[in-house]
Amino acid sequence: MLDPLRPPGPRPAVHPGRDSPISTPTTPRSTGRRRFLTYLVAAPALAVGTQLALDGEPAEALPGIPDVLDLGDALILAGLPTSHLLVLEVTAAGRVVLQLPRLEVGQGLTTAMAMLVADELDARLGDVDVPLAPARPELLFNQLTGASNSVRSLYDPVRVAAAAARARLVTAAARRWSLAAGSLRTQDSTVLAPDGRSASYASLAVDAAAVLVPAVPAVTKPVEQQQLVGRATGRIDARDIVTGKAKYAGDLDVPGAVPTVVSRPPTINGTVRSYDATAALAMPGVIGVVRIPSGIAVLAETFDQAMKAKAGLSIGWNPGPLAALSDEDIRRKLRDAQPPFVLPPLLTRHLDAEFDFAFVSHAPMEVLTAVADVRADRAELWFGAQAPIVAQQTIAAELGLPVSAVTLHVVRGGGSFGRRLFFDAGLEAAQISKAAGRPVKLMWTRNDDVRHGRMRPASHHRIRATHALGKVVGYEHRVATVRTDFRHGLGEALTAAAFDLSVAGITLSQAFFLLTERLPYDLGLSSQSLAEVPLEMHTGSWRSVYSGLVRVADEVMMDELARTLGQDPVAFRRSRLSDPAARAVLDRLVQEGGWGRPMPAGHAQGVAFHAEHRSSVAYLVELDATDRTAPRVTKAVAVADVGRAINPRGLEAQLMGALMDGISVTLQAGVHIDNGAVREGSYADFRYARQRHSPPEFAVHLMPPSGPPGGAGELGLPAAAAAVANAWARATGTSPRSFPIDF
Amino acid sequence: MPSYQFVLNGQSVTVDAPADMPLLWVLRDKLGVTGPKYGCGVGVCRACTSHLDGAEIQPCMVPVQDCAGRQVTTIEGLADGDRLHPVQQAWLDNDVAQCGFCQPGQIMTAVALLRRNPEPTDADIDRIENVCRCGTYFRIREAIKQAAAASRS
Repeated sequence: MLDPLRPPGPRPAVHPGRDSPISTPTTPRSTGRRRFLTYLVAAPALAVGTQLALDGEPAEALPGIPDVLDLGDALILAGLPTSHLLVLEVTAAGRVVLQLPRLEVGQGLTTAMAMLVADELDARLGDVDVPLAPARPELLFNQLTGASNSVRSLYDPVRVAAAAARARLVTAAARRWSLAAGSLRTQDSTVLAPDGRSASYASLAVDAAAVLVPAVPAVTKPVEQQQLVGRATGRIDARDIVTGKAKYAGDLDVPGAVPTVVSRPPTINGTVRSYDATAALAMPGVIGVVRIPSGIAVLAETFDQAMKAKAGLSIGWNPGPLAALSDEDIRRKLRDAQPPFVLPPLLTRHLDAEFDFAFVSHAPMEVLTAVADVRADRAELWFGAQAPIVAQQTIAAELGLPVSAVTLHVVRGGGSFGRRLFFDAGLEAAQISKAAGRPVKLMWTRNDDVRHGRMRPASHHRIRATHALGKVVGYEHRVATVRTDFRHGLGEALTAAAFDLSVAGITLSQAFFLLTERLPYDLGLSSQSLAEVPLEMHTGSWRSVYSGLVRVADEVMMDELARTLGQDPVAFRRSRLSDPAARAVLDRLVQEGGWGRPMPAGHAQGVAFHAEHRSSVAYLVELDATDRTAPRVTKAVAVADVGRAINPRGLEAQLMGALMDGISVTLQAGVHIDNGAVREGSYADFRYARQRHSPPEFAVHLMPPSGPPGGAGELGLPAAAAAVANAWARATGTSPRSFPIDF
Repeated sequence: MPSYQFVLNGQSVTVDAPADMPLLWVLRDKLGVTGPKYGCGVGVCRACTSHLDGAEIQPCMVPVQDCAGRQVTTIEGLADGDRLHPVQQAWLDNDVAQCGFCQPGQIMTAVALLRRNPEPTDADIDRIENVCRCGTYFRIREAIKQAAAASRS
């Protein structure tokens, strides 16, 4: 770092609160409370870093818990103290390079970030590259892709870095031409003078690196002057994708890395009792067989030979710890874990309901794949990692190497949905490479992915809504789930954001639950609680995490309450929403989706609403359930308010994907546990939606920009899933209680 | 080990491989052609979909011996140099892809469908089995319709 423009601010003081209960702040925190510092990074051409500092202090909240709006705010807070937060370079070749400390898995983040850079810098979008940064341990908690937080956490710093770079490019041009910097304009990666002279950013990059104090203010544009933000833009990697050039971990050509698969136990977390690899080692193309904690790895010249040799292994397995458990037993444990309702059903009318959600596999299209080259004194790995710093640290510890000796290249992922928060394959690849003494390319098979991969935990919900005189006066939601594994750095991040869970007397899962689960409606005295059943199985955050369960059950209940009270489902919701922006979303949905239009017998509309990540969304779906064995969503309309969409096209894609997830998990896609093993093994029986389940009519309508961008990657699923469930209920005259419905 | 010759994306290739080795692994592990993706290995997800003599196949299910002397086309061989195939262009115009992993297979399936049936109905498109875990189905449908309309005009 060269000569900082301003000294970095002090580490923000964060004070845990003392007395007041956890609460939802009524006004969102504005980004204006954060101060930004920019500084030059030592480089032959222009490179600018940004750093955030905190002006205000968080208010008080639950003892040990800072008062933050939601999980996204907590993660932003955790990321604040890291210097070198972002580095933006302008090279002498004219490329504008943002090293993105996040993972691209299809959510369109690289495109959105390129748009922000291009807009603020007045660069051509095609000149901007957004490679994924390798694991950078100095970022501490600021290299975690999750919680729909990437745009929220990067919107300001990326623009600030680009503004700082632009100011220096303008200053360099002003010096070269001996003109007043204020008289110059920028456009299309070029600085323009009033007399017609122009200089490309490429030609200015080296001079701009010597500009310590720019002669024009390095401030971001007012939103009215943004040219690209808010304009529907195609993905920057689309051409690579449609020509087959986009590279995922398994497509990398790392010298010497040989195809590798692992034979895994028949039950979850089963172990090897004994094995004989004689026959497998004699098979064509086989290079080696090594034992790792999770199974027996086979290395071969091709994956085909590795998989055939895997089948030739003779292995005795010890049963896994759940071998005595099946779905019924797990459901019983969940029911038993729930505390009783607080409000007794005395003298008041009430509506009780219980809901069950099955386990759901993440099943990203690209199975877990990792390349590892472990040597005696160093290791190099390549895989798609949402939490690369934790992965790097864990792998270094496993290998007995210092973190600095482990390089983790972050590679685009073929889908994730939360799966790549965990680095199971990366850790195994490191173990195998070390044991075999050579580089390996480890691929999980689809069977491995479904049977030994991670899952959204199964859950059981008990809800009691109390009503009197046509009004809901109380709402209790008791949630029990199999414990969700959050050991991918979340706890450390919350600790860094001044969360003291031991003072608060809650678990990490409960902190997550408290930070994410908010009922958007006024239903009188309301409460919700989480109980967890720890089981030795592989769980993890699945798109929307608790909201994908809790809010779906809530929204089904909202329809049933409306019916009980003789009200229209939309009007009932609207009357319980205090936020005018939320009511506006519902109103727009009614108008755009034609709510209430007559439907043929066996068809119905369904609606649901959800607010999270400082965004809100409502879906209206039309379902044809005339054949109850093959229901079809024929039309879907979504209305979203995300504050400000960076790329409406990317946002629409996320809401479309969330709809397909909602259709899948509500109607047909889940996994069973039979005697400690997953029954399903591929997309043949884990029935994620196909083209024939997708609505031929689909539209997204966005509310006008109203503030800083909210999160969107996980926004859609709860409302989409619930709208499908509500349409099913109305089309069939049933009350769905167990999801997926056809399971 | 037997040797097989076939035409891959317009170029003659010869490869030594066991007769029963699926084409997918011959392409990916022996020839370095990585556009066709592994997603299940059992012909269900169809992420590897490519063409054999112009017709759709799932290379994870086709042994290399069945390809001898024939024309294999993967996503890498679909464009005419820098000029994209109309289906690829329709994919760009509709910004179909999200993670992109299934899209080589989706595109090869759509090209084969439009060859068999230049004006597919919604019901025809519904019969496509390729899995897209990101849920891009609606845009796939729109892109296929656009490509079909473009070929009519």
